[in-house]
Amino acid sequence: MTNNYIIEAENLTKKFGHFTAVDSISFSVKPGEIFGFLGANGAGKTTAMRMLCGLSIPSSGKATVAGFDVFKQTEQIKKNIGYMSQKFSLYDDLTVTENINFYGGIYGLSKSKLKEKTEYLIDLLKISDARNKLLVSLPLGWKQKLAFSVAIIHEPKIVFLDEPTGGVDPITRRQFWDMIYEASHNGVTVFVTTHYMDEAEYCNRVSMMVDGRIASLDTPDNLKKEYNADNMHEVFVKIARGK
Amino acid sequence: MRTILIILRKEFKQIFRNRAMIPLIFFLPVIQLLILSNAATYEIKNIKFNVVDYDQSHFSRELISKFTASNYFVLNDVSFSVENSEESFKKNQSKLIIHIPKDFEKNFMSAGMSEVQLVINAEDGSAAGIVNNYANNIIHQFNIDMGIESSAKFDPVPAININYSNWYNPELNYKTYMVPGILVVLVTMIGAFLSGMNVVKEKEIGTIEQLNVTPIKKYQFIIGKLMPFWIIGIGELAFGLLLGLIVFKIPLLGNPLIIFMLASVYLVVVLGMGLLISTLTDTQQQAMFIAWFILVLFILMGGVFTPIESMPDWAQRIAYFNPIAQFNRAMRMIMLKGSGFNDVLPTLYFFIAYASVMMSLAVWRYKKTE
Repeated sequence: MTNNYIIEAENLTKKFGHFTAVDSISFSVKPGEIFGFLGANGAGKTTAMRMLCGLSIPSSGKATVAGFDVFKQTEQIKKNIGYMSQKFSLYDDLTVTENINFYGGIYGLSKSKLKEKTEYLIDLLKISDARNKLLVSLPLGWKQKLAFSVAIIHEPKIVFLDEPTGGVDPITRRQFWDMIYEASHNGVTVFVTTHYMDEAEYCNRVSMMVDGRIASLDTPDNLKKEYNADNMHEVFVKIARGK
Repeated sequence: MRTILIILRKEFKQIFRNRAMIPLIFFLPVIQLLILSNAATYEIKNIKFNVVDYDQSHFSRELISKFTASNYFVLNDVSFSVENSEESFKKNQSKLIIHIPKDFEKNFMSAGMSEVQLVINAEDGSAAGIVNNYANNIIHQFNIDMGIESSAKFDPVPAININYSNWYNPELNYKTYMVPGILVVLVTMIGAFLSGMNVVKEKEIGTIEQLNVTPIKKYQFIIGKLMPFWIIGIGELAFGLLLGLIVFKIPLLGNPLIIFMLASVYLVVVLGMGLLISTLTDTQQQAMFIAWFILVLFILMGGVFTPIESMPDWAQRIAYFNPIAQFNRAMRMIMLKGSGFNDVLPTLYFFIAYASVMMSLAVWRYKKTE
């Protein structure tokens, strides 16, 4: 495999008993790209993402993430990626700064670096009033933005986002995507799953998953042309229904 | 090392931020010690009894007054029919019927021998045994007194005079016996419940996934997760021990350091068990149920409330592998008998082996990557 791609997957498959959740998918992602992973509920997006994060060993196929093998080098992968799961992943009974310090500390950030990061994030998210409040008292949108910031606190090469904007209002979603662009601009590769088709438009390239397979993969513009659609929503409906 | 410290700091913050935790840690031992050590005794007082007296003699009245004069028995009813008295058994008004047949006094005076029947309500076998014991003692005493009274006619020569001497707990004080056992139960509950619950909670809220995707090492996670409860468990034991010494005046003949040395390994066994349960379950409810199921068995078969010696052979053999039974025995040995390091060495070896097995199983079951 070449070094031109930061994520490469070849016939990646995951089976649970007789059920094939991810069926032989192949794709590659360039460094700094925002790569959208779309599909209906149960299409296999989360399973695919968990394999790439080293949380789940594939049944067959090949894949490398940041140059490391998803079968044998899961712990090295974990050093180089950030991950934001579908479930809210920060601690509700810790404060904003405590959450930042905990995750930053686990990734081995030095004390001075942690302090600097904490101030930077609190300033960026404009939550200086809430810095010592327990997370449970903050609105969901703030928490999701904080979760994203914490997921990239150790400046990983790639960040995996699993439906990061679920249940978040449109304005906060817009702000969230500004943060994603910012991260991408700083060279972080973004691998994101979503249900929102307007968000698909923000991606550099989009793959559409149907029943564990990648049905198509291209830039949003090319997809719209190919499926003769006005927007990604139409594209999605056409692909999900099998044209 | 720093990673472990970071996890520890986070755990302690969360544990003490949980409002239920502080009362649990400090009131639980007080309440358990106060209630259990007072409630769980083998001593029975105010046993109600019925009398069926067909003799109506001086002797029969004397025997009954011996019973009522003791601290243990309270006269419920006197009647002339055993059947009537049985009714009071069914209504749970009486535990014992003393049936004195006709010619009770006459036989005693003439033949030097007489009979009296004790009918004991033996629903609760161990209580019945105790009632039987008390009644026998009273009748024995009655024999001696009456024998002396009528010694003009007889010459009762006691063949063997038995002298009792109760070692290690001379006053047969049940608190002395119960407190070490209750301390064991306490430490076990803290270890097995809290540790298991804590890890499963992370599973439930989904943060475990976030931790599994960090480069955190397995051993760092496990030490960071279990250490707080190890510290709390040791603290709890110290607190309970002090309470026992000060409030209950429990003797501590042995070296407390040996207790803590055993406890420090014992806690690893229990924490390992909790961690293992947490790796096998997905919700706190499941973990709670399994931990409860195992602990009830261990506690009931642990010799804390009922002696292991009275269990059938097979149960005694199983009890050998019960860490609660082992720790309970060792605690009583050290506290009441002053047993030393060498006396509890087999227990220590047993705990080390047990802890290694539990921890290996837990570490093997806990997977960062599925």
